[in-house]
Amino acid sequence: MKHAITVRVNGAEYRHEVEPRLLLVYYLREVLGLTGTHIGCDTTSCGACTVILNGMAVKACTVLAVQADGAEILTVEGLAKDSQLHPIQEGFWEEHGLQCGFCTPGMMLAAIQILARNPNPTDDEIRHGLDGNLCRCTGYQHIVNSVRYAARKLRETNQEAIPSAGGGR
Amino acid sequence: MIPAAFEYHRPSSVKDALKMLQDLPDAKLLAGGHSLLPLMKLRLANPPHLIDLGRIDALRQIRADRNILVVGAMASHWMIESSESVKRHAPLLAETAGKVGDVQVRNAGTIGGSVAHADPAADYPAALLALDAQIIAEGPNGPRVIAVDDFFTGVFSTALDAHEILTEVRMPFQDAGTGSAYLKFAHPASGFAVVGVAAALRMNGGKPARIRIGITGVGPAAYRPKAVEELLVGKPFEARTVAEAANLAADGVDVNEDLFASSEYRAHLTRVFTKRAVMLAGERGGARSE
Repeated sequence: MKHAITVRVNGAEYRHEVEPRLLLVYYLREVLGLTGTHIGCDTTSCGACTVILNGMAVKACTVLAVQADGAEILTVEGLAKDSQLHPIQEGFWEEHGLQCGFCTPGMMLAAIQILARNPNPTDDEIRHGLDGNLCRCTGYQHIVNSVRYAARKLRETNQEAIPSAGGGR
Repeated sequence: MIPAAFEYHRPSSVKDALKMLQDLPDAKLLAGGHSLLPLMKLRLANPPHLIDLGRIDALRQIRADRNILVVGAMASHWMIESSESVKRHAPLLAETAGKVGDVQVRNAGTIGGSVAHADPAADYPAALLALDAQIIAEGPNGPRVIAVDDFFTGVFSTALDAHEILTEVRMPFQDAGTGSAYLKFAHPASGFAVVGVAAALRMNGGKPARIRIGITGVGPAAYRPKAVEELLVGKPFEARTVAEAANLAADGVDVNEDLFASSEYRAHLTRVFTKRAVMLAGERGGARSE
């Protein structure tokens, strides 16, 4: 039996009837057409499908769409505002935080989770916080630099790391 | 990967969930889903009904009740890791929660789900054994208290009955003189414990007056190496004594073997990590390390 769910994704409300077995990542990609959220390992390991659900980074391959009923969700498509990049996007741009770009959306959403809890993390804390995200190109150093860039920018501009559309404060 | 079709149910109270569990054939409880959904995606589990406990707010509470810390089954690893109450009253549990999986997994996974699932390489069982915890299970006839020593019975097996719901985990406060530590050798890909050792010991005049150790990842279920505990109680706390006792940490255990670690290697790691965890717990409890 299908279930009606209502979610708010990047500030827009959606209502759909979904099968209980539909995973959140497929709902985002195939029902809403938000293909910025990637499917990598599909086994809760690689973090490519990371989204912010009610203010918390989760792996959308391991959440059912029905579990997200009533939730606020932020995907990579919701990071930029009025064609102004989010500081984490700017960081990845300025510090060359990506090569192929496959892991990047998940990296950025995991990164803003770290920064929401710790506005001034050390390199070790950044690396520990990104433990659940795999990059097969960069060797991670530029990603760490990107997160550090974003941390500095967020502090200087006094912004919340997780924009309100993600259920953050 | 997409799970097989199932019916989804979302009770708003433990009472409703218990009724569903009795009425729906072969139903499974869904907590954070971070053990169950991967199994369903691989079709290793195909439950016809899922009962989602995610909207029962009463199960998500963490509270101190006199000198007992009560952690609701649906408290996430992050809630436990970051809770001031847990950090103060059961620092070993907070330390262990912070070593489960990764940030995203800790945001979603729950203690009740992990404990009821009883993966032989899960982290919590070691800490709960060391903390002398109690598991509260609600069934059709009311709640039941299960001592942690009786709870983990084998590979993915517990003392829970099919129609019971794990609602809470309780543990006595760690008092100021108790030092504790959870050390794990994490599998580099999965993050699960190849070996995980939790130790809690209360020092008295430079000697452990009371010691409990829990070991996970090594046998079919987490266990206490009682021979190690007995050798250490009341003896001067020295590195050499601890190392000698820790040598017994894998004795009598049917040690797991997989592609990553042979049983010999895993048994060796068990002895080394037992020694390190006990030493660290002793140092945190105020013993000098010599």
